[in-house]
Amino acid sequence: MTAVPVATKPIGVGWNPRRYFGGFWRHPLARAVLKAVLTIWVTTTLTFFLIRLMPGSPVELKIDELIQTSNGALTYDDARAIASGLFAINLNAPLHEQYLSFLWSLVRLDLGSSFLSSGTSVTSIILAVLPWTLFSVGAGLLLSFVVGIGLGLMAAYRRNSLFDHVVSTGGSVISSIPNYLLALLLIVFVGVQFRLINFTSMRGAYSSGITPGFTPAFIADIFYHAALPITIYFLTQIGHWILSMRSATLSALEEDYVTAARARGLSDGRIRTAYVGRNAVLPLVTQLAISVGFIVGGAAIIEQIFAYQGVGLRLLAAVTQRDYPVIQGVVLLTTVAVVVANLIADLLYSKLDPRIGRAGGAAG
Amino acid sequence: MTTAVFVRPTLGQRLAGPAQAVVDFLRVLSRRPVGLAGLIGIVFFLLLAFVAPLFVPLTNDPDVTSLYQTPSLAHPLGTDFQGKDVLNQIVYGGQPILIVAILAAFFSTLIAISFGSIAATIGGRLDAAILAITDVTLTLPKLILLIAVAAIVRPTSFLFLAVILALLQWSSLLRQVRSQVLSLKERDYVEAARSLDLGIFHIVFREILPTMRSYIAIHFILAMTEAMYAQVGIILLGLVPLSGANWGIMLYFAYNQGALFFRDSLWYILSPIVAISLVQLSLVSFASALEDIFNPRLRGA
Repeated sequence: MTAVPVATKPIGVGWNPRRYFGGFWRHPLARAVLKAVLTIWVTTTLTFFLIRLMPGSPVELKIDELIQTSNGALTYDDARAIASGLFAINLNAPLHEQYLSFLWSLVRLDLGSSFLSSGTSVTSIILAVLPWTLFSVGAGLLLSFVVGIGLGLMAAYRRNSLFDHVVSTGGSVISSIPNYLLALLLIVFVGVQFRLINFTSMRGAYSSGITPGFTPAFIADIFYHAALPITIYFLTQIGHWILSMRSATLSALEEDYVTAARARGLSDGRIRTAYVGRNAVLPLVTQLAISVGFIVGGAAIIEQIFAYQGVGLRLLAAVTQRDYPVIQGVVLLTTVAVVVANLIADLLYSKLDPRIGRAGGAAG
Repeated sequence: MTTAVFVRPTLGQRLAGPAQAVVDFLRVLSRRPVGLAGLIGIVFFLLLAFVAPLFVPLTNDPDVTSLYQTPSLAHPLGTDFQGKDVLNQIVYGGQPILIVAILAAFFSTLIAISFGSIAATIGGRLDAAILAITDVTLTLPKLILLIAVAAIVRPTSFLFLAVILALLQWSSLLRQVRSQVLSLKERDYVEAARSLDLGIFHIVFREILPTMRSYIAIHFILAMTEAMYAQVGIILLGLVPLSGANWGIMLYFAYNQGALFFRDSLWYILSPIVAISLVQLSLVSFASALEDIFNPRLRGA
C-alpha cells in the first residue's frame, strides 16, 4: 500500500469504478432504495427461519398433523410431500436451495396456498383485504396530519394562550392512551352506554347488498363501515402531529430568515405559509412514513375490535386457525407495503427539500 | 469543606450529594405540575402493584351469585363475569404488566446503549453494519411481526415475552445513542481520556455515558410505554397463554366474554382501561417533563 495514493491521480482520467459507485451509493435516493430492498430481504429471511428452521416449526407441526389425521395411511415422506406443496417449499432439497427458491417465489409473489382452503393462493387472499387496511389507515392518517398540522401551527402562533394549553394538553393526553383502549372506550360509551350508533351494522368493509364500483352509494357505504377505525387512527395520531408541528413552528419562528423576512416587510400570511409553515412541515413528512408502518401494525387490534375486514383481521383469523402460509404472507406483504410507503416519503421529501436531491451531486 | 487535604468522605457526606440532587430535582419538577403529577402517578402505581398485594388478600374464587355487580361496599369496583372482585384484580393485575414493561425497557436500553456506543466509537464497517440493521428494524411493522412471532413461539414466561418485546424496540434509541456518542467523543475531556490511554470501556462507561444519563432515563420510560402497549395488545388478542390476575387478561375476558356489550359491566371494563391509561399517561408526562428539564434548548417551548 506504499504505492501511489489514489487521490493523487488526476480526477476524470481513466475509469474508477469505486469512485463512481461510491458517489452513487452516497446519493440519498439510491440509499433509500437499497434500504427498502434490504428491509424486505431481512424480513423474508427472518420469516423463513421462523417457519422452517425452528424446532417445532410450522412445517414439522403440519407433517405431524397430516400423519395423525390420516390414521397411519400416510407415511412420513408422503406427509412431507404434501407439506412441501402447501408451503411451496421443496423440503427434500438442501437447505440453501430451499432458501433460494423461497426468495425466488417471493419475487414472483407466490406465497403458497392457504391450509384451510387449498387451491386459494395466499397472495389473492391478502390482496383482497390489503386495500381496506391501506384505505382506512391512509384516510385516518391524512386527516390527523392535516388537522394536526393546522392546530399545531395555530397553537404555536398563539403560544401560552388558552387555545394553546387546551390543544397541547389534549393532544398529549389522547396520544398517550393506547389506540385499542380508545376503541374499546368508543364501543363502551358511544355504542353500549348511550346507544348513539348501531356499530354491529358497521362491521365488515362494506354492506352485503351493495355492488362495488365507483358509485356515490358505494363510496358512502365504504366510509360508513370504515368510520370507526378511521376515527381511532385519527384520534391516536392527531396529538403527535399537533405537538410536533407546534415545536417545529416555534423553532422555525426563531430562525434568522424569518426575522429577515419580517424586516423586509413581507405580510404575516406569506411568512406563515412560505417561510415558517413550509420549513416546519418538511421534517414531519418523514415522520409520516414511519407512522404508516406503526399504524398498519397497530391496525391489527383495531380491526379485530371493530371486525373490519382488513389485513389485521385476516392475520388474526389465520393465527387462530394456525394457517401459517397466510401468517407468513401477511408479514411479508405488510412489510413490502410499509417499505414502499417509506420509499415514497423519502422521494417526496427530496422533492420538497431541494437540498436533499443535490447531495452527492450525482443527480439533480 | 474547602480544605486542600483530601479526606475520604463519611457515609453521611456521600449520601448528602445524591440527597441534595433529589431535593433539587423535585424543586425543579414542582414548577411543572404535569410532570409532578406524572411522577406521583408512577409512584402510586408502583406501590399499588408491588406493595399493596402484600397487604390485600387475593380473592380468586368465582362466585356465581354475584355476576357483573355494580359498585358496592363489598365490591368497590363491582364484580366480573365470574363474580370475582374487580378491585382485587386491579391490585394484583398491575405487577405482571409492569414487570414485563420494566424488563423489556431494560433489555432494549441495554442493546441500544452497548451497540450504539460500540458503533460510534469503533466506526468503519461495523458502524455501517449496525446502522443498516437499525434502519431495517426501524421500518418493520412491529406489531404484525410480534403477532406472528407470538403465534409461532407462544411466549409462556414473562422473561421470554420481555425479551421478544425488547428485540423489537431497541432501534430508535440506538440511533440516538450513536449520534450522541459521535458528537460527545470529539469533546475535549474525551480526547484527554483517550490521550491518557484509559481504554475504550473507561471512555464509554465513565466519560461518555454519564453525560447521557437523563437522556437514557427518558428513553427507558418511553420504552416502558411501548412495551406496555405491545404487551397488553397481544394479551388482548389472546396470543399469550398466561393466566392469573393481569390487567391485559381482564381486558381479554371483557372482550371475549361479551362483557363489552353488556350495560351493567361498565365498571369491570373501565377499571383496567383506566388503570393502563393512567400508567401510560403518568409515564409520558413524567418523561416529557424530564426532557423539558434536561434539554434546555426546548425549555419553555
